[in-house]
Amino acid sequence: MNDILKIANHEIHNRLFIGTGKFPSKQIIKDVMLQTGAQVVTIALRRIDINAKEENILNYVPENCILMPNTSGARNAEEAIRIARILKESGCGNWIKIEIISDNKYLLPDNWETIKATEVLAKEGFVVMPYMSPDLAAAKRLENAGAASVMPLGAPIGSNRGIKTKELVKILINEIKIPVIVDAGIGKPSDATICMEMGCGAVLVNTAIATANNPVEMAIAFDLAVKAGRKAYLAGLGPESNYAHASSPLTGFLHL
Amino acid sequence: MSFYNTFEHYKNFDFNNCFAGITDNQVQAAIQKEVLSHNDILALLSPCAEKQLEQMAQISQKITFQNFGKAIVLYTPIYISDYCDNHCAYCSFNRTNKITRKKLSFEEIEKEAISIASTGLRHILVLTGDSRKYSPVSYICEAIKILKKYFPAISLEIYALEEAEYAEIIEAGADGLTIYQETYDEELYEKLHPAGPKRNYIYRMDAPERACKAWMRSVNVGALLGLSDWRKEVFFTLLHAQYLQDKYTDTEISVSFPRMRPHTGKFDVSFPVSDKHLVQMILATRIFLKRAGITISTRENSKFRDNLMGLGVTRMSIGSNTAVGGHTTGNEYGQFQIADNRNIETFKQVILDKGFEPVLKDWQNITKL
Repeated sequence: MNDILKIANHEIHNRLFIGTGKFPSKQIIKDVMLQTGAQVVTIALRRIDINAKEENILNYVPENCILMPNTSGARNAEEAIRIARILKESGCGNWIKIEIISDNKYLLPDNWETIKATEVLAKEGFVVMPYMSPDLAAAKRLENAGAASVMPLGAPIGSNRGIKTKELVKILINEIKIPVIVDAGIGKPSDATICMEMGCGAVLVNTAIATANNPVEMAIAFDLAVKAGRKAYLAGLGPESNYAHASSPLTGFLHL
Repeated sequence: MSFYNTFEHYKNFDFNNCFAGITDNQVQAAIQKEVLSHNDILALLSPCAEKQLEQMAQISQKITFQNFGKAIVLYTPIYISDYCDNHCAYCSFNRTNKITRKKLSFEEIEKEAISIASTGLRHILVLTGDSRKYSPVSYICEAIKILKKYFPAISLEIYALEEAEYAEIIEAGADGLTIYQETYDEELYEKLHPAGPKRNYIYRMDAPERACKAWMRSVNVGALLGLSDWRKEVFFTLLHAQYLQDKYTDTEISVSFPRMRPHTGKFDVSFPVSDKHLVQMILATRIFLKRAGITISTRENSKFRDNLMGLGVTRMSIGSNTAVGGHTTGNEYGQFQIADNRNIETFKQVILDKGFEPVLKDWQNITKL
């Protein structure tokens, strides 16, 4: 079966998106992408040095990957917009992952400023992928503003705590028509599976891979987990129940 | 409100008695906590905690990797003027020291910039002495405008400014500010600063807060280690950092641990800080302020710096020269002697060999050129 995630005009076959912070070397990022076949990678403008040769992180993004640069460091909509425009002028494409954080302790996103930035950038033709706190009203506003997806957090960035916002993310999946991509907090491959089983369009993983003892092996584990979760979602999970349903019912003969 | 209000709570606190009374259990409890109280910080800075440094190091490393990854951001200082009106007893730039003073012209600043940028470094720290006559805010702003053509991240270590002046230098393109209280001991501060604009203790203490109010992106605080009892100095440094981070959530607050180095002038280090104690303060800081940047400069020697990677440090200077114009002239007689003379390429390789990523660029100035 051909299971494709469509964002803007892109057909995405691999639903594991990779974040690039915290890796012990740029070469490992490339290895992770190649070994998993991941197609979408996010890199912060703050880490891109267009003028450097060997140091330029963009040289480590495999061909055919979709670059989704992010606005890490933006503290309000205005800064995010400026960063997005600098990225576009630098030739980094028209995808933009909006990250607006005005809270250095928990690194929680500012939905209000994110909506404002989305409104402007979507009009300018960007494929806007906003990182957000899972709130239905905000997600609807982002959708109406022209976002290409919403990217709710599972738990605070880098916390590896899993999908703590599960109930809220489920509501977004039910109510929002654009893809819901869980970004931040995913600590274990099993967390990624849970997200995909719920019906997320994709997951973005960074810290859990980058800070593993063996990042490439961990990325492969995540890739399998994402695929497993997606397959389960498509196959249709059975209903949950508080009591047992016998696989071979005792009164089955009545229906013969 | 000012940090001085917090400081006042502890002004007459009996630190020695408190530190002496701290038990293993208190240290253990503090190490394990996610959110630490002031008493927990005291426990981690106590003599008793010295017995548990290895455990503190293990936890500190875990927190650091989780929040920053295996990465060390590199920067270098650029001294553009050493004219100074202050009498800081511990500093070469003390106005009574008979040294040849220099202020770089804008052409010379550009030459320094080209020289530094050719090494691959992208983060710089601009330093001046405290002289509104020779290095006024307008001169600093012009310097920033030249430097930002070469560097995407510019921090300043200059005299304390007014809030509106901080706004001016931010507008010009500065992203970060480093300003040390030197010593949090108010009486000692007055003795060490007998005259000059820096003499005002509270004005100095409130400078980082004025920068936060002006929306500086990152603010770095610290005490000059060696002037007074390090345990107290670090305690106040951490409280100061916490005060700023709680109040100004959109500014990145970081701390430095500058240990006194040989310099021009007659000043004996009254309270020498051992390597072990420097490690202890780094670990305590990381366990307390999980997301704060921690900077170690070339004041420390290469072997010690290499061993500090992974213990909580997130930023290191390299290729440093503390003389005005030193990056082009090679003059080695600056503000203080540096202890790690390696060049950038060598240091980058050392970082890589230790399994870390040397990060040359971690910000992109977004003000207009």
